[in-house]
Amino acid sequence: MTNSQETTTLNNEDQATGVIERVTGPLVRANGMSSAKLYEVVKVSEEKLLGEIIELHGDIAAIQVYEETAGIGPGDVVYRTGRTMSVALAPGLLESIYDGVQRPLKKIEVASGNCYIKRGIEADAVDMSKVWKFTPTVKVGDKVESGDVLGEVQETSVIVHKVMVPPNEGGVVASIKEGEFKVTDEIVALKREDDSIASITMLQYWPIRKPRPKKNKIFPSEPLRTGGRSVDTFFPIAKGGAGCIPGPFGAGKTVTQQSIAKHCDAQIIVYIGCGERGNEMTEVLSEFPHLIDPNTGEPLMKRTILIANTSNMPVAAREASVYTGITIAEYYRDMGYNVALMADSTSRWAEAMREISGRLEEMPGEEGYPAYLSSRTAEFYERAGIVKTLGSDDRTGSLTVIGAVSPPGGDLSEPVSQATLRVTKTFWSLDADLAYKKHFPSINWLNSYSLYAQNFEEFWKKEIAIDFADVRKTAMTLLEKESKLLEIVRLVGMESLSNGDRLVLEVARMIREDFLFQNAFDKDDAYTPLERQYGILKSIVTFYDAGLDAVQLPEFNFVDFTKMPCYAEVANLKNQLKWTEEDYQTFQDRVRNEIGALAG
Amino acid sequence: MSQKEYTDISSIAGPLVIVEGVEGAKYEELVEVNVTGESVPRFGKVLDISKGRAVVQMFGDTSGMTADGARARFRGETLKLGVSEDMLGRVFNGAGRVADGGPEIVPEQRLNIGGEPMNPYSREFPNDFIQTGIGSIDVMNTLVRGQKLPIFSGAGLPHARLAAQIARQAKVNDGGEFAIVFATLGVSFEEAEYFRREFEEAGALERSVLFINTAADPVVERISTPRMALTTAEYLAFEKGKHVLVILTDLTNYCEALREVSAARKEVPGRRGYPGYLYTDLSTLYERAGRVKGKKGTITQIPILTMPDDDKTHPVPDLTGYITEGQFVISRELYRKGIFPPVDVQGSLSRLWSAGVGEGKTREDHSALKDQLFASYATGREVRELAVVLGEASLDDADRAHLKFADAFESEFVGQGEYENRSVQESLDLGWKLLTLLPQTSLKRVKPAQIEKYMPKTEAVKK
Repeated sequence: MTNSQETTTLNNEDQATGVIERVTGPLVRANGMSSAKLYEVVKVSEEKLLGEIIELHGDIAAIQVYEETAGIGPGDVVYRTGRTMSVALAPGLLESIYDGVQRPLKKIEVASGNCYIKRGIEADAVDMSKVWKFTPTVKVGDKVESGDVLGEVQETSVIVHKVMVPPNEGGVVASIKEGEFKVTDEIVALKREDDSIASITMLQYWPIRKPRPKKNKIFPSEPLRTGGRSVDTFFPIAKGGAGCIPGPFGAGKTVTQQSIAKHCDAQIIVYIGCGERGNEMTEVLSEFPHLIDPNTGEPLMKRTILIANTSNMPVAAREASVYTGITIAEYYRDMGYNVALMADSTSRWAEAMREISGRLEEMPGEEGYPAYLSSRTAEFYERAGIVKTLGSDDRTGSLTVIGAVSPPGGDLSEPVSQATLRVTKTFWSLDADLAYKKHFPSINWLNSYSLYAQNFEEFWKKEIAIDFADVRKTAMTLLEKESKLLEIVRLVGMESLSNGDRLVLEVARMIREDFLFQNAFDKDDAYTPLERQYGILKSIVTFYDAGLDAVQLPEFNFVDFTKMPCYAEVANLKNQLKWTEEDYQTFQDRVRNEIGALAG
Repeated sequence: MSQKEYTDISSIAGPLVIVEGVEGAKYEELVEVNVTGESVPRFGKVLDISKGRAVVQMFGDTSGMTADGARARFRGETLKLGVSEDMLGRVFNGAGRVADGGPEIVPEQRLNIGGEPMNPYSREFPNDFIQTGIGSIDVMNTLVRGQKLPIFSGAGLPHARLAAQIARQAKVNDGGEFAIVFATLGVSFEEAEYFRREFEEAGALERSVLFINTAADPVVERISTPRMALTTAEYLAFEKGKHVLVILTDLTNYCEALREVSAARKEVPGRRGYPGYLYTDLSTLYERAGRVKGKKGTITQIPILTMPDDDKTHPVPDLTGYITEGQFVISRELYRKGIFPPVDVQGSLSRLWSAGVGEGKTREDHSALKDQLFASYATGREVRELAVVLGEASLDDADRAHLKFADAFESEFVGQGEYENRSVQESLDLGWKLLTLLPQTSLKRVKPAQIEKYMPKTEAVKK
């Protein structure tokens, strides 16, 4: 599909019509649709409500309608558009907030004239009248293929938008313009191999349910740095990886996702509020323009795209919202950027699928979810990855996907959690007990896992420290031991423990309270660079390594251990924002000396 | 639209009526059914419309309905409620009709009770502190204007008294009072009457609108009652510029009514027989709270629900918790100890607390003091459990101090009584006073300067 075809079909929508036979909630059945395509966009009734064909039986089409269907009935007209459900891709996407089918909420507000979402509003996804300065990077006579960069546009102060040859297009540059253009203006004409001419604009379309093509996927070997201590050090996710955050309500899923969105070192963030609270999107909207990205020094909004389909907005559009978001994310990945996509919450997406499936009267699977729940979930997460993009310049781009899951009652055995766990490799298990004790982030250190960790050993060795993996492992083992020891303490009390065991408990407590505990609302604490994370954790583990011999001595007294000056300073390590590698080493030497003095 | 009457009613089953031979009817359209021998028509709405056949969900009871001679008219509009500022001080039944014997309301506007989804872009983030006069809420789980914060209760617990206390005492910082929109959904007559009397005695009735659906009223009526209440609230808030507090009780009954309709429609059930769209349906109630750019009024929602068997993972509290901005949990343990209001401080949560506290809103030390009280109370409760297993003798001095603190915190700070209205400053001062029971070395969440400034001196020396 090429861009020129898309625009022509867009403007010529009255080519065929059908008639409604039945309306049940967001699902409408219409006849006279025998020549329609699956996933074709339709306009329902004279109000032109946006819908998509999701099933075809003979000349009857089942249509999911992305807007409220009250007042629609049999006999109303359905207009076909000829195009499949697509997103518009052009400069101007960044800093936008869209609904689930890529209509800008700002324009809906203007068109509605009040704070409610009126239906039947058509709004262009990007500003069609705005002019952008286009700087070509190829010249007349150059041979270009799909994915090659034709020119650049400074989209925001931090992001250069690359205008690429659309997939399945290519040829010799017959003409190219430079200067200020609207997104619909022709900027390049390509002479195809068959001598036909392809007119290329900055605006291109791509169907949302079809992954954008790439050359090949690459094995992920570099972590996404998020500044979250328990995420980066204990349960890291790869650039191009897939991770999930399941947790009961109040455990901090949204706070965790938002803090990753704020601090991670991806260049583009796509944040999908899928069936969640309206106020959460408002919070992001009011906060992000004022927060400074630690990686670029510019406001976070400059790299962010929001998709908001809140819980009370039409349920079918919620189903589409994750695809809308991930297609936009893939587009920026294709430019060679590291993109991170947050979907909060995929459970609401699954519920939307369940609702539509129920209306289609499909045979239900587990808990009423459709039988294709797990395959759809897998397809979605599989769109994550680090890839060699199309184009002759061998760009790589990555798309990291992090999905929140809201299991009913926090019970992970339910279908959505299980379908998600099978396809994601990082699992941050949020724990109601930890949240109850106000330990945040409430990522349970015993249940969570990251299957990427072993991929990163080379990276850690090269970039952070030779013994990073060892320190991490020691710390995790200590926490594991702690949980066993605590059971014993609960049964028979502290007195029964040896000094060695008490040392384990002490150091594990430090890891929990002074390393894993992190205040996402504190400006300084919310982000810790990986280098400092290592410094803090290594310092804590030094207490264990240095203490191991000392505690074996008969004259060792635990009260003296807790009276060491360095012992009191551990709690403050995370606040030492300026400490360098040497400072941590100096501290670790002090720990060794002070413990040595105890033994002496 | 067609005002033709249809007489071919092929089925009446529970709340559902099927009308045949229908032409031109629309989804969600209002249907008026006149039954032979009845002077008042019954109303319903179209749930499923196919060629010639409409499935109609009645808003009221279907008992005594006969297909014979019944006439259905499709009214060409959706169910609307006539609203007016004069509704303040009045009582309505669950179907929105005047129920206090007074004159009919002359509507200023007629509004679709389903409402429309609010554009997230048009919202404004809530950030004004509400003083409820209850320390365990104001200090520990702060309520903010425009928030939706349910009360999770259980059978036999005093959620009604807590809600009434909040309604009586709630004030915004500038001292203004809330307009109250209150709806009962399938509660007993006594409970509905209790609220009415409380409002009356507190002189709050003239700033309240009451919608009363009791257990004796039709079950399906409960599906529209909260929507009427919220439509009224939206009108008062966004058209008339009032700060509105909406109290809905009891949402568990509402969900059961939904389940009943869903079962009658033979839909595939989700958890525990509740329909798969329960989350979406609840969100169309709860999300009708908040602040809007450029509007003076706000809607704060306090829905009440009873957790069957005190089970927080039951679908009703569970799905509610995923939508609302926190929850107040009522503690059976505290209630048994005779503490009122028995707010489970640790289990409760206000997600928006940080937007309502601090310098200029409550006091500069609020956030730190709250953290300290949480931490110390948690330690105290752990010690209490430990003491049960290992005996009091195993406790050291610091443990004992924490135990004493936890007891005092529950009896003095939480247990303030039903008719005590504490300002947030008084509550904060009391928090500091209780902290004097603890050794100062254990106070790690508050800054030394704050201790110096706010902690009562004489007590500290004594300990």
